[in-house]
Amino acid sequence: MNKTQNKISRAFDTPNKKAFIGFLTAGDPTPDCTVHYILEMERAGADLIEIGIPFTDPTAEGVVIQDANIRALKGGMTTDGVFEIVRRVREKSRIPLAFMTYANPVFHYGYDRFFARCEELGVDAIIVPDLPYEEKAEMEEPANAHHVALISMIAPTSRERIRQIAGEAKGFIYVVSSMGVTGVRGEISTDLGAIVEEIRKVTDVPCAIGFGISTPQQAQSMAAVSDGAIVGSAIVRIIARDGDQAAPALYEYVKSMKEAVARA
Amino acid sequence: MSKGRYGIYGGQYISETLMNELIHLEESYEHYKNDPQFQQELQTLLNEYAGRPSLLYYAEKMTKDLGGAKIYLKREDLNHTGSHKINNVLGQALLAKKMGKTRIIAETGAGQHGVATATAAALLGMECEIYMGREDTIRQALNVYRMELLGAKVHPVTSGTQTLKDAVNECMREWTNRVDDTLYVLGSVMGPHPFPMIVRDFQSVISREARQQILEKEGKLPAAVVACVGGGSNAMGMFYNFIEDKEVELIGCEAAGKGVDTALTAATIATGSLGIFHGMKSYFCQDEYGQIAPVYSISAGLDYPGIGPEHAYLHDIGRAQYVPITDDEAVDAFEYIARTEGIICAVESAHAVAHVRKIAKNYSPDQSIIVCLSGRGDKDVAAIARYRGVDLHE
Repeated sequence: MNKTQNKISRAFDTPNKKAFIGFLTAGDPTPDCTVHYILEMERAGADLIEIGIPFTDPTAEGVVIQDANIRALKGGMTTDGVFEIVRRVREKSRIPLAFMTYANPVFHYGYDRFFARCEELGVDAIIVPDLPYEEKAEMEEPANAHHVALISMIAPTSRERIRQIAGEAKGFIYVVSSMGVTGVRGEISTDLGAIVEEIRKVTDVPCAIGFGISTPQQAQSMAAVSDGAIVGSAIVRIIARDGDQAAPALYEYVKSMKEAVARA
Repeated sequence: MSKGRYGIYGGQYISETLMNELIHLEESYEHYKNDPQFQQELQTLLNEYAGRPSLLYYAEKMTKDLGGAKIYLKREDLNHTGSHKINNVLGQALLAKKMGKTRIIAETGAGQHGVATATAAALLGMECEIYMGREDTIRQALNVYRMELLGAKVHPVTSGTQTLKDAVNECMREWTNRVDDTLYVLGSVMGPHPFPMIVRDFQSVISREARQQILEKEGKLPAAVVACVGGGSNAMGMFYNFIEDKEVELIGCEAAGKGVDTALTAATIATGSLGIFHGMKSYFCQDEYGQIAPVYSISAGLDYPGIGPEHAYLHDIGRAQYVPITDDEAVDAFEYIARTEGIICAVESAHAVAHVRKIAKNYSPDQSIIVCLSGRGDKDVAAIARYRGVDLHE
């Protein structure tokens, strides 16, 4: 498992040890765009890219990413199509990559077959929001066998579960900033510092905060209390607005967010 | 293996944000399940408010016409709000109240579960919000207004296929947003543990009564019990107390829509495969990449791409069998039971009636079959007229 630990933790190996993590949905609006946008986000300073494998029923997502899932699926994106995107990215980049998807596409592909492909192509981690601590074993075993870290999530409601979850976490810990689903929020009111402090009591696995972050100020303050900021909906919104012409705006946005995280 | 398993099925495939709430719900349920005062309050509501026990009616004309087993109808359609949904809703709403919740939310397909939830909320003085696919708000406009009359707020769901599955998605999202004062009153034996267990227990009143009633009337157990299956709540309620009676066949009738060899179907056991969705491992209609398939049935209440985990298990071990029934067969049965017995049943329930029409003659007159008439059909009259090409004017 150390191999994975090293690969994914490379993302946090920055001057201030804090990472900017960007998310996009594979195939939104086209596979070519996804390859291009991942490389563009890397050029702008992103330390880790989360690639969303689209799913018909993304119950943890707000409308922005729901719509991206629908656009990608309508465009014919499939799990094999996503692997092809990763293959093309890997021709040009070594940036740490994580998949974000739901349990069913992975289960249906076959856990072993799925993670073997991840290993072969260099996908270092996977985030599955409908797979809590109690259910993770069935996926974690095959993921570990192929050196892919199954990322643990901790929510504002986790309370006494924090230590249990954090104690077994690998790669990094995804701290959910707020109640509800993904999406841009004006204000994040959870006491995230206290949650990270609780996590720190049992592990030194890096903690990145996601859900609701869109402005450089938010990114900076989230990174200040943790090891990084994860941004999805704000990026997907730019892609929704600019379609296949989103590269310049994405570059500028990710650059400003990375700079904010670097100041934290 | 985690909690809430039926063989390999079930589980708790849900976001971390909801896990503590599900654990709290399970603990509360286990506590109140054994609390005599809770049970008494619930029984009073079921008897005095919902009209239980429901009748076990001997359908003599159907029996003579079909020529075989004696046909009995378990009349859940006569319950207050017109379906079996009230059994579960009164239990869950009372539980929510005991847990200190002030607000309940629910998904609905045809509107039966939504109406029942809005009713319980009105009675128990709770805030209520219902999520219903936009497509279904059009198919069942009268039920939307009915829920609003009862004081509920109805949210038309515009995501995905705009039907029951999407209403469940939206309800889960909303619950994630607000768990402290809110209970998601799930309408079927599906979703993450403990819902399949809780809903089954509250619906098992159907077979508890039916088993006693048939023994009183016939002096022996039925040869078969038959119920329609979407998520599977009335079927699980109808099956549950007969599971140990190995000689009683358990038959679930799935909505085949235009047929199981077409894409326009909702027959999960017949056409689905193993998957993980809506909090549970079970059978789902899905494509080769595990994308959930759009499903179709004339019946909004059976128009769901999955089936409860305990049904998946009963299927696997061969204890229950599941048969597909097409729209055509269901509509024929809807008309048949209206003419023969003077009962307009829900088009969902008509799927079960349709199967009994096929199998009754395979049994002898000293055997009986119980059909769960899960709901009444007033809500479906306009849709059946449309199906027959009849133009109704207000």
